[in-house]
Amino acid sequence: MRPFKYTRAGSSQAAAQQVMANEQARFLAGGTNLLDLMKEDVERPTELVDITRLSFTPIKTISTGISIGALGKNADTANHPIIRQQYPLLAQAILSGATAQIRNMATNGGNLNQRTRCAYFYDTAMPCNKRQPGSGCSALEGVNRMHAIFGWSNHCVAVHPSDMCVALAALDAVVKVQSAEGKERAIPFADYHRLPGDTPHVDNTLKPGELITAIEIPKNNFAVNSYYLKVRDRSSYAFALVSVAAALEMQHNTIKNARIAMGGVAHKPWRAVEAEKLLAGKSATEENFMAAANKVMENARPLEHNRFKVALGKRTIVRALQLAMHTKF
Amino acid sequence: MANNKKKPALTEEEKKLFEDLLPNEYRELSELGVQRRHFLKLISIMGGIIFLEGRPVLARSGFEETIHATPAFIENPVKVSFHVNSVKKTLDLDSRMTLLDALRERLHLTGSKKGCDHGQCGACTVMVDGRRVLSCLTLAATCEGKTVTTIEGLARDNQLHPMQEAFLKHDGFQCGYCTPGQICSAVALMTEAKNGDASYATPDIRSAAQPVELTRDEIRERMSGNICRCGAYPNIVAAIQEVYSGTEVAQTWQHPNDNR
Repeated sequence: MRPFKYTRAGSSQAAAQQVMANEQARFLAGGTNLLDLMKEDVERPTELVDITRLSFTPIKTISTGISIGALGKNADTANHPIIRQQYPLLAQAILSGATAQIRNMATNGGNLNQRTRCAYFYDTAMPCNKRQPGSGCSALEGVNRMHAIFGWSNHCVAVHPSDMCVALAALDAVVKVQSAEGKERAIPFADYHRLPGDTPHVDNTLKPGELITAIEIPKNNFAVNSYYLKVRDRSSYAFALVSVAAALEMQHNTIKNARIAMGGVAHKPWRAVEAEKLLAGKSATEENFMAAANKVMENARPLEHNRFKVALGKRTIVRALQLAMHTKF
Repeated sequence: MANNKKKPALTEEEKKLFEDLLPNEYRELSELGVQRRHFLKLISIMGGIIFLEGRPVLARSGFEETIHATPAFIENPVKVSFHVNSVKKTLDLDSRMTLLDALRERLHLTGSKKGCDHGQCGACTVMVDGRRVLSCLTLAATCEGKTVTTIEGLARDNQLHPMQEAFLKHDGFQCGYCTPGQICSAVALMTEAKNGDASYATPDIRSAAQPVELTRDEIRERMSGNICRCGAYPNIVAAIQEVYSGTEVAQTWQHPNDNR
């Protein structure tokens, strides 16, 4: 690991100013991804500003829904009584990711900012536009079994690794950020992460020095009928091949409102708005679920090694919706 | 090249260390800074001292409340005080040093193992403020004021922790390399399960937290961060079930002539 200066932030503004002053400086929260990348020589900060002692930790009910502190731990968030009771989709998604040890360390804000696990991104001997802009994408014609089927470009076919973010996308979360000058900004979740385009080294729309303070989720009626289904190469502690956050608001036997978001398929959590519209007003049958799944996959553009994700994705959508309806166990 | 750069001034502790260990070179290095040959000589001497004084250096009582042999030159030093197995430790360390390296290399607590060093195997699992974490992905610098418990801190005098006893009884290991991490992880799991923390294997996540029934599936999911290449998993699961339930769980193995 390369040498770096370590400081503990006294206040969020001081931390932000420190990071603003040095382009090579990074905020340090849980560190589970950043330290790993530093050991791999992918991230090379000259300065780490430890923000873990700042106060952005509480989970509290607000008039519009719930606010989750950016520095709260993933484990505490998943186990918070309000999250389990009213936002079980989020709790499940968090618990499907990583391990107990990592969830005890990783923060909510950090989860949003984790980087792709594309093997070429990690391998400093290989070209990667995300790691070194302009060097090329090794995965495009390389081993791309784990890669994107939606929204990729010739510059990058990597996927976003988070499970938590898939649930947050489905639940229309809002990311609250604070600038070095103390100015606050709210970013709708759909606008937070980016598609690669020709600038895949930019993962999100945070501006330099901006710090996530909280994530807000609006009130919803999905708690009774929601499910996060993750399909992976082994049954625990693996990144998703495909994952689906499914949530339905039922009125008698009719779907009033549907949410479908997918993980493991794109550079950002992939929200399937068209399929959601298709389900609204319909009954919760396997046929309708299949129609929605087909709708989602209409636009899939698989690569050489990940064609299986199209069929797998359809089945995972149908099954997640059935599990949300408690019709499959 | 490097000589053009101004070296940072030596701290009082470094000065004393050099004066003691390199008396002939002390004047030169205090004026010109530490050169590679000083460093090499120093580590040779240090190695000899550890060899000669093996016992006293490793004796437990010698550790308490001290600043441990600080390497001669630290590029970005951070001073950290924290409790390790109920003993207060103060270290001057390189900002890059992980908690795992601080425990192993500076405090000589080599129970916590370095498996992958990338957070994928769980061999380095320790408890910080009562919660299991990966010491290989924790910077020691972030541990100021915290309480660390390692495998060395579980037994009380000669009385093993119940989880250690159960691992022995159920043969929860073969080579033993992952065992300190497995046991620390399992001990923390007891608290999580008693608090009613959910896992991805929990059937109804919406139901209020109450002590979890640790089924085989629950244990396997909750212990998935600890890899055992020998494949002692069934025995590890049995050991955890026994400690958690407080009732005896049948061993999955037997001596070859038990049923003769």
